[in-house]
Amino acid sequence: MKFKLTRKQKKMLYRIIAAGILLAAAAVITHFTELPWWADLLIFVVPYVVSGYDVLKTAAINLLHGQVFDEKFLMMVATVGAFGAGEYPEASAVMLFYQVGELFQSIAVGRSRKSISNLMDIRPDSATVIRDGEEITVSPDEVEVGELIVIRPGEKIPLDGIVEDGTSSINTAALTGESAPVDVAYSDNVISGTVNLTGVLKVKTTSTFGESTVSKILELVENSSEKKAKVENFITKFARWYTPCVVIAALLLAVIPPVILGIGSWDVWKTWLVRACVFLVVSCPCALVVSVPLSFFGGIGGAAKEGILIKGANYMETLAAIDTVVFDKTGTLTKGIFAVDDIHPQQIESAELLDIAAACESFSSHPVAQSIVRAHADHIDSTRIGEVQEIAGKGVEAVIDGAKYFCGNGQLMELCGADYHDCHLTGTIIHLAKQTGEGTAEYLGHIVINDEIKEDSAAAVERLKMIGIKRIVMLTGDKEKVAKSVAEKLGLTEYHAELLPADKVDQVEKLLAKGGKLAFTGDGINDAPVLMRADLGIAMGAMGSDAAIESADVVLMDDKPTGIAKAVLIARKTMRIVKENVFFALFVKAVILVLGAVGIANMWLAVFGDVGVLILAILNAVRAMRVK
Amino acid sequence: MKKTFELEDLDCANCARKMQEAVEKIEGVNSCSVNFMTQKMILDADDAKFDMILKEAIKVMKKVEPDCTVVL
Repeated sequence: MKFKLTRKQKKMLYRIIAAGILLAAAAVITHFTELPWWADLLIFVVPYVVSGYDVLKTAAINLLHGQVFDEKFLMMVATVGAFGAGEYPEASAVMLFYQVGELFQSIAVGRSRKSISNLMDIRPDSATVIRDGEEITVSPDEVEVGELIVIRPGEKIPLDGIVEDGTSSINTAALTGESAPVDVAYSDNVISGTVNLTGVLKVKTTSTFGESTVSKILELVENSSEKKAKVENFITKFARWYTPCVVIAALLLAVIPPVILGIGSWDVWKTWLVRACVFLVVSCPCALVVSVPLSFFGGIGGAAKEGILIKGANYMETLAAIDTVVFDKTGTLTKGIFAVDDIHPQQIESAELLDIAAACESFSSHPVAQSIVRAHADHIDSTRIGEVQEIAGKGVEAVIDGAKYFCGNGQLMELCGADYHDCHLTGTIIHLAKQTGEGTAEYLGHIVINDEIKEDSAAAVERLKMIGIKRIVMLTGDKEKVAKSVAEKLGLTEYHAELLPADKVDQVEKLLAKGGKLAFTGDGINDAPVLMRADLGIAMGAMGSDAAIESADVVLMDDKPTGIAKAVLIARKTMRIVKENVFFALFVKAVILVLGAVGIANMWLAVFGDVGVLILAILNAVRAMRVK
Repeated sequence: MKKTFELEDLDCANCARKMQEAVEKIEGVNSCSVNFMTQKMILDADDAKFDMILKEAIKVMKKVEPDCTVVL
């Protein structure tokens, strides 16, 4: 990735190079020649001032403001102290390295900020709207609901809307992480932030820009760093105490031992002064303070690239600790769309059974009826259909090709007097019978209809087991028999059927009582209470659904349940990086403080403890952004 | 009232933390968040005194970190 330094960073870079050359020259000169002490000091002060004059300036200003624990001020005290103790090269080098660390931090943070905004490069810049028959280009903000916009191939779709004219395929990768394009035509919904690939589309807008999917997502990702994780709060508290404690320790170290060991000896004073300076150099908690939010920011950004929106660092923490995943069935593990599973004809061919049933149901809007019509691939000739009468809660009776048929559930069969029987398969059963006389009918067989399991539900469950999720539970309002068959097919550890919405909350409460962290996964539309009650609410298939985006803590843009395992892995990796950084930084600083106090750690090691740790922590934090 | 401000030249994370703490201490501030990663400050304060509080916030932030400026 190309990354340009800002003017400020460039200037800093030149100063560092200049100071580095001057410092090297000073080291060479003093190595080969014997200079008076003042000349010696002078040639080391020059690179010191070149690299650090702004630090000195800010330090002075901050001191006037009473900021005693300011890192720049402490750096100044440490280096001046080192000069005073006669450690000229060390003093000059500490300042130089400090500036290298600052520059590195500025570049690394700027860079990851930029790559995350690139990653979330979904904000459309303009919209072409048709007003009074003319195409004009305006800012997406200025387009109103119901206006017609034109989107050419290669352009980002600026607002949510419905296709009025044209066909095209759409790349939703920026939102869902899914690389296969989606075909759209008249009356299909399109989502802002996706990219139009092949054809010109005319789209009627259904939202203003502020209310559009793209704005909601951007807002969510930008605000995600506001919700701080526990570890972040810990670091903040720690940072508040760390610096004052180290500074006071340094002060005591500089005064008390010399007073006891030899108040009259300059050498003793000098030794302890250097040790105190070592303390001051490692007194900044920068490595901790910057690397923790940087890791979370990276993790959230990396997840967003995969179509997983995590609403805050605190949720990242919970996600990493999940050991129970609860699924809602319909629309989450299953497609929420009914489909014909099997046809069991009696006396007639299965094609004929389906044909008659489809003709009977062709006027019904019920999802079950529509699934039968869909399963009948051919066109249904409406002239064949005579009088149709719906019998609420039971089915329909219809005249097809002159004969009267009954198409519906068991109750309807009893009503018409057909000798029917139940099926050994689970699901919704639609029976068909032909009237043979008043109150008698011939049974023709039945059609088994089921809510289809999503293609990757089984893979999702398997992956969750693989990554060590202990309990995978399904809750459903559906019948016991249906729930059992789905649970067995998917290999779930537990299921609870025939639940009312309130029962779902009770079940979640019971699972919560077993300990561990629990995530509830639903479509986010009618399971808001459960989403709230769980430790973590995950909404799926949220593309275009405001309710889901708002009610959940983690949002999967597409409707693939495999995203959950992916999200957990990203969260765990991020948490691991955060912990590595925290322990590493604390450990190195503690070691240097101890070694410094007894005189083993010198200024060089102290610089590593400050700048080195900072750079390593940042490099480690940046890894969180890389997913897979 | 809650408002978001962009910050320029916010160079150190520890300073961001200190700025946030300083602003939170101002009377009338309900909550404040100085975000180093996004270089933004979200200030939530009393409606009536918002402008005054903002001025005060800018002043204390300058004290903590003279290089950093609030983009208004």
